[in-house]
Amino acid sequence: MSIPKPAGPAPSNAWALKARRLRALVMKEMRQILRDPSSIAIGVVLPLMLILLFGYGLSLDVKNVPIALVVENPTPEALELAGGFELSPYFRPVILRSTAPAQQLLLEHRVDGIVTIPQDFSRRFTLGNAQVQLIVHGGDANRARITQGYVQGVIGLWSARAAAEGRASPMQPVGVEARLWFNEANDSSYFLVPGLVVLVMTLIGGLLTAMVMAREWERGTFEALLVTPVRSEEILLGKTLPNFALALVGFALCVVSAKFLFHVPLRGSIWVLLGASMLYVLIALGIGLSISSWVKSQLVASQLTMLATFLPAFMLSGFLFDLRSMPTVVRWITYALPARYYVALLQSVFLAGDVWSVIVPNTLALVAMTAALTLGSRAAMRKQLA
Amino acid sequence: MSRIATTLRRILALTRKELLAVLKDPRSRMSLLIPPIVQALIFGYAATYDLNHVAYAALDRDHTAASRQLLAGLDGSGIFERVADLERASDVQSIINSRRAILVVQIDPLFERHLLAGQGAQVQLIADGRNSTTAGTAMSYFSSIVDRFNSRWGADHGIAPPAVELLARAWYNPNLETRWFMIPGMIGTLTLLQTLMLTAMSVAREREQGTFDQLLVTPFRPYEIMAGKAAPSMVVGTIQACGVLVVAQLWFKIPFVGSYVTLFTGLLLFLLAAIGIGLLLSSVAATMQQAMLYSMLIMMPFSLLSGLTTPISSMPAAVRYLTIINPLSYAIDITRRVYLEGTGLGLLTADLWPLALLAVITLSAASWIFNHRIQ
Repeated sequence: MSIPKPAGPAPSNAWALKARRLRALVMKEMRQILRDPSSIAIGVVLPLMLILLFGYGLSLDVKNVPIALVVENPTPEALELAGGFELSPYFRPVILRSTAPAQQLLLEHRVDGIVTIPQDFSRRFTLGNAQVQLIVHGGDANRARITQGYVQGVIGLWSARAAAEGRASPMQPVGVEARLWFNEANDSSYFLVPGLVVLVMTLIGGLLTAMVMAREWERGTFEALLVTPVRSEEILLGKTLPNFALALVGFALCVVSAKFLFHVPLRGSIWVLLGASMLYVLIALGIGLSISSWVKSQLVASQLTMLATFLPAFMLSGFLFDLRSMPTVVRWITYALPARYYVALLQSVFLAGDVWSVIVPNTLALVAMTAALTLGSRAAMRKQLA
Repeated sequence: MSRIATTLRRILALTRKELLAVLKDPRSRMSLLIPPIVQALIFGYAATYDLNHVAYAALDRDHTAASRQLLAGLDGSGIFERVADLERASDVQSIINSRRAILVVQIDPLFERHLLAGQGAQVQLIADGRNSTTAGTAMSYFSSIVDRFNSRWGADHGIAPPAVELLARAWYNPNLETRWFMIPGMIGTLTLLQTLMLTAMSVAREREQGTFDQLLVTPFRPYEIMAGKAAPSMVVGTIQACGVLVVAQLWFKIPFVGSYVTLFTGLLLFLLAAIGIGLLLSSVAATMQQAMLYSMLIMMPFSLLSGLTTPISSMPAAVRYLTIINPLSYAIDITRRVYLEGTGLGLLTADLWPLALLAVITLSAASWIFNHRIQ
């Protein structure tokens, strides 16, 4: 009466086998990682180095702008206004008596602008229509615009004081009282550092896996893997898991330095941050894996990974440049980039808190991308094996 | 004399072989020629701090002719788009939080009455600081619209204009378009990324595949091998730079006012320095993965801290010292000044000699390491 056992235990056996095969694969990958220090460097040293370097180095704040201040006639009013520029933390003026040397300084890029307080400034000020001239170096348009605003500010402050002392006409009909939410100190590192975390995670995710498949193809070890009983998805999973763990270590380092070194507030919940980041790391790893199993050459894989990850995450993610001001076609491209959603998530979770109307749609987009990548890379593997 | 001829012949032969190795594979060919042009096009549009679309919400609690006139000034600007009319102050939070609007303009009751009484009125502006640069730009656009409103209101109601007026002009970029500044800077940036990596990887590949030893047993001298590896990258880099230059002029129509001789003098020195760095990296990397890692490690700081997107003068002193060894920061300065200002070689010496020095140092260091590794 030896009836062969029905399907009952068989699957559990298959599962156990599967788990064992997977463990073996993960072990193999881990050994490979541990033996080549470059992977550890990518996972741990690279993120730390990048976040430190860029966190300190990148800043869009404009301070200590070198300007040439031409006081053509040192009357009390002109000198008082010039004093306003000297006291302002935004300017580092060089005081001159005529325009010619100032223009030379501008040509040589020693100053960013020329402020001229003309000969007849005091006389026209008593008449109520004085003028101050500003020439800015327009090359860096953003900086030029900010500089112009600061010059306006210094003049406004000085005329307000003159008005208060009854020496000038009173203030403007409408004044603007501006408040900057989430970033009261107007410190550009508040939004740059969360963006940098995205950049770093994109890069290390892609770098960790970009070469692994291509390397097996190039060295011919892929065929050796194929004759073993492991399945294609197990190979993929075995390559993903150790690198996933490594990338999360990098992520933790980034968040800790954002919070404790750069003092960027973390106003949302750490779990939302972690969940979104795990999804994003999976996507970044998946992009590297797909490229590397598609091109089968380490040289081309490395070029493509760099093109597909670093620069788009830098330019098209909303990390620096406003997405809504891009032309429609370019904006469509940004919808295809996972970095876009992750930047929106991180900027909100760090600076604004758990804003569900931002978190839910962006997380859903990331989930959809993870699913698409998983299915895509499995299909790609199957096809290559066939 | 014949020795020089042999050397040249050998270098040419190696260059040909390298170019063939790079260009015969269609994927690799595409990955070298197409991306810089596509990137210049896409990033040319994307990389701008200028705003042409600012979504704002209005919270008008005055509902008078004056408040409507102010808001009409915004709507008529072509930049501001009103996405909502809010009723209550409590709505401000959700519209900013959800990123539907980046500005909320709040006009208090009695706005018009204060204006008519000559007391001066205030408008409150709330901006989303999650990207404080965008917010700052939007706020400055808003201020200029308020200025326009003020001068019209003043003219209509006989109020004296401000006692001191600022006349501002921007040289070299009269409309203050960021694009004029970004795209010339990209000539160097887009070229650097691929030439550096191509150089670093091509040696590492020979190492990994074992063909480097075969090269060594040929009668080639180490410096000839190096020159043979450098020349193809030089060719690729020059072609890429030309591609970006063409996009800048023909597509984005940014006027080129300088001299091509000056520009390419700078670019060739820059490419030499970049290739020197690539060779230096490849001489220390054992595998392609390492070569890629090292080039990434070098390239990210070089491109982010080059002055392309954030000004070098805003960096802290310690980081600014690092830009001294960054060839890209010199290249960007050269391309921008030659391109937009027509600066001549004389004023550029401060950029040119560091590039030349970097090229000499990296190339000789690389050849020294090559020699020592071989022995």
